Amino acid sequence: MTLKNMKNVLRTTSAAALLAAVGAHAVSHADTVTIATVNNGDMIRMQKLTDDFTSRNPGITLEWVTLEENILRQRVTQDIATRGGQFDVLTIGTYEVPIWGRNGWLVSLNDLPAEWDVDDLLPAIRSGLTVDGNLYAAPFYGESSMVMYRTDLMEKAGLRMPEAPTWEFIREAAAAMTDRDNETYGICLRGKAGWGENMAFITATSNAFGARWFDENWTPQFDSDAWSTTLNFYLDLMGDAGPPGASTNGFNENLSLFQQGKCGMWIDATVAASFVTNPNDSTVADEVGFALAPDTGLGKRSNWLWAWALAIPAGTQKEAAAKQFIEWATSKEYIELVASKEGWANVPPGARSSLYENPNYKDIPFARMTLESILSADPLNPTVDPVPYVGIQFVAIPEFAGIATEVGQEFSAALAGQQTAAEALDKAQALTADAMEAAGY
Amino acid sequence: MATRHSRSAARIMMAPAVILLLGWMLVPLTMTLWFSFRKFLPLRGGDLGWAGFENYVRFVSSSSFWPSVQATLMIVGGVLVVTVILGVLLALLLDQPMWGQGMVRVLVIAPFFVMPTVSALVWKNMFMDPVNGVLAHLWKFFGATPVEWLSQASLQSIILIVSWQWLPFATLILLTAVQSLDREQLEAAEMDGAPSLKRFWFIILPHLSRAITVVILIQTIFLLSIFAEIFVTTQGSFGTKTLTYLIFQRVLESQNVGLGSAGGIYAIILANIVALFLMRIVGRSLDA
Amino acid sequence: MARAVTPRRKALNTLIAWAIGLMIFFPILWTILTSFKSEAQAINDPPLFLFFDWTIENYGVVQDRSDYMRYLWNSVIIAGGSTLLGVVVAVPAAWSMAFVPSKRTKDILLWMLSTKMLPAVGVLYPIYLLFIELGLLDTRTGLVIVLMLINLPIIVWMLYTYFKEIPVDILEAARMDGATLRGEILHVLMPMAVPGIASTILLSLILAWNEAFWTLNLTAAKAGPLTAFIASYSSPEGLFFAKLSAASTMAIAPILILGWFSQKQLVRGLTFGAVK
Repeated sequence: MTLKNMKNVLRTTSAAALLAAVGAHAVSHADTVTIATVNNGDMIRMQKLTDDFTSRNPGITLEWVTLEENILRQRVTQDIATRGGQFDVLTIGTYEVPIWGRNGWLVSLNDLPAEWDVDDLLPAIRSGLTVDGNLYAAPFYGESSMVMYRTDLMEKAGLRMPEAPTWEFIREAAAAMTDRDNETYGICLRGKAGWGENMAFITATSNAFGARWFDENWTPQFDSDAWSTTLNFYLDLMGDAGPPGASTNGFNENLSLFQQGKCGMWIDATVAASFVTNPNDSTVADEVGFALAPDTGLGKRSNWLWAWALAIPAGTQKEAAAKQFIEWATSKEYIELVASKEGWANVPPGARSSLYENPNYKDIPFARMTLESILSADPLNPTVDPVPYVGIQFVAIPEFAGIATEVGQEFSAALAGQQTAAEALDKAQALTADAMEAAGY
Repeated sequence: MATRHSRSAARIMMAPAVILLLGWMLVPLTMTLWFSFRKFLPLRGGDLGWAGFENYVRFVSSSSFWPSVQATLMIVGGVLVVTVILGVLLALLLDQPMWGQGMVRVLVIAPFFVMPTVSALVWKNMFMDPVNGVLAHLWKFFGATPVEWLSQASLQSIILIVSWQWLPFATLILLTAVQSLDREQLEAAEMDGAPSLKRFWFIILPHLSRAITVVILIQTIFLLSIFAEIFVTTQGSFGTKTLTYLIFQRVLESQNVGLGSAGGIYAIILANIVALFLMRIVGRSLDA
Repeated sequence: MARAVTPRRKALNTLIAWAIGLMIFFPILWTILTSFKSEAQAINDPPLFLFFDWTIENYGVVQDRSDYMRYLWNSVIIAGGSTLLGVVVAVPAAWSMAFVPSKRTKDILLWMLSTKMLPAVGVLYPIYLLFIELGLLDTRTGLVIVLMLINLPIIVWMLYTYFKEIPVDILEAARMDGATLRGEILHVLMPMAVPGIASTILLSLILAWNEAFWTLNLTAAKAGPLTAFIASYSSPEGLFFAKLSAASTMAIAPILILGWFSQKQLVRGLTFGAVK
């Protein structure tokens, strides 16, 4: 019995029971576009600026489903994998786009009009969203990662942050800046388990230490010396100079700690720069400096590459309207609209070259470092040794999210002191090997 | 007593509820069983064919399986112990004469109205946060180092959050039972000079046994499937991965529906073992 | 039932009970208080209890971002609808089980409870596929059905325990007087069962209002209730304690108020046959 058959059988049996209660259900509106998005600041701003779009496109109404990142991912993946058709525009990242695009689940955006200017997209971002010559998602904002540090504390410690620090320098500076009695911690890093949380950071860091997830035969590499060095360095650093409860801190928790002035340094997404320098939210807005993500001299830095992008699921009835919306939300005009309302520091960064050529944007303190970080990231050659996969802080295979979250939980437990680095790596190796076997590698 | 007429009428009246629940049980169960024997990977193209018992073997041979069963039982057991003990004490206290009894009851039962997501969010961020949480401030006030609740005492923290939500339920049921106590018997015992601990042990507790069984039965059913509290707080880290959460990881995070469905079947088996055990007890107590 | 106690004893009881009551209530109180603080005051060290600059700004921000009334309305419809439907289905079933018991009655009851043990996560895919086939995704109808089915066992069981407490003699007497089955239920049983039914409705409303798995996973833009509303406020970027508190307060307030007004009903009614 095929699935289709079974569904038919089930449909007839259950329909009888349910039909009476169903009654009239959703009438489709040809002009209502449902957008699933994540509750990040830039997306919430976009939601607020909806009026600008609807006034230009009076025939289209927008419905928003704004969810926390994990819930959003789960909802959207579930819906597209079952062809549920609940959303017309999806907010997804550079991890999902290649996989879903290859599955034929997304609508190609190659036919967006010339004014939209696809050639203006930053090359690294554009290639991350393109499969076989088809652009499957339009970047809303792009990010790499970099060091954000407190200039005043750095000065007090008698140190000077180089433009391109090494991990050794970071360790030294973190120790010097730590003042536990005053709740100042030299370094805040992600520790909360999750493939998009601690594993994004640790994987990107491991690249600088010469580690990799898989060798060219897809054999997991957590038993390598390079991984052992990476994890031990991370654990020691956090043990010496990290905040309490670091194993439950993700991006948001660290952002809030940094804004409260409790972190000396924070290595994380470049988009955070505008939040930590915004005097409305940050108590240390005037004392933040930026530097490239650290390295160890092996030729790779610890910075990642990510973009939140808007895509259209294949099969939607509202493709044209959805395209119109995406064109608006990812256009140069949208950036100007945000700039006019909220100032240039708050525009969605990291997607378009023209933004970095704009004289208004040049004065923004973090603009140059953001661009340099993005430009130096190379998802096609992420590691020192060759690998069979694409992606810097992730491995672009469907199994990665599940595996990395479990590995992240082992690393997180190590950070909480519940197991040693060696134990965590052993478990990581075993569970990765098991999951890869299940997937048929 | 009951005539044939009323018997058949009774059957008809029961039919809608029974048929609905039968459908609700059988339809998803059949589909889950079906999936559990398939290699079903939505992100790799969907149903990739027959898998035999591979999913079942893989699910139990994973290093996460037994710890997850253990975590499930620890959380359910922990919450039951906390809510029953505190529930009995609270019920006895609330039964005492006092000023503002109604208002106190309102305060005590309030957590029952809070949705699990909200309660988990509030506890995690505003109470258990090791830097800004109320508990951290409290610890610092007494000169102690704040506890990193969700990592260092993860299971206990989850048990605390869930117990807070379910304590009102236990208290309410136990309170109605306490209120139905035979006062004369109690007063007679008091006259005889029986110490209060003895009175509690030999009169009050036996009287409450039925209520306690009911609390245990109903709470277990709800506790076996708690999800939001873990999803919001630890996401299964630090030994809090319950069986339910493990299935969630397999189905939604790894998008391996076959494997997750096999896990679902195991969860049903576990739940039924627990249920059988419980129903033995309750069945007896319901007859009494 | 006032028993004679010394005023000192009563004072002591009052003191202990209030202290414990306030402790249990504190997380909710703290959430409500925090919702009136600015984000900076929300994380002030030491924490600010009452003396801060009260503001309702957070509520404005939350309302600005998501249309509260729409989620609230969905919650009302879904919780109310599933409860109503559940009671309509459960009353006859519970009635027949209580008054025309057979050897299998207890088994059926326990079996019904056991359907609640199906782990929701495990059957998400099957249900999702079914909902697609039936066009029920993101509809209130779909959620009403699912939540009704989830709570039905509890409703049946609770009603059964109430009905069992109603003395059969009265029914017999009514039957002697020539009452029809319908009349029996309408005029004899119902008046006596109303308090029990009211408590059941209350409990079912609470359970349906707070259900957060299906309501989140089967909805998108149209049918999302308050559980979906709150899902967009968990850990956003930046300081969020005050906004989270405001959103939380908005999500729990309606059911909390309902619960408070009906606490007497709950205190008397939540027995599940625990009292003989």
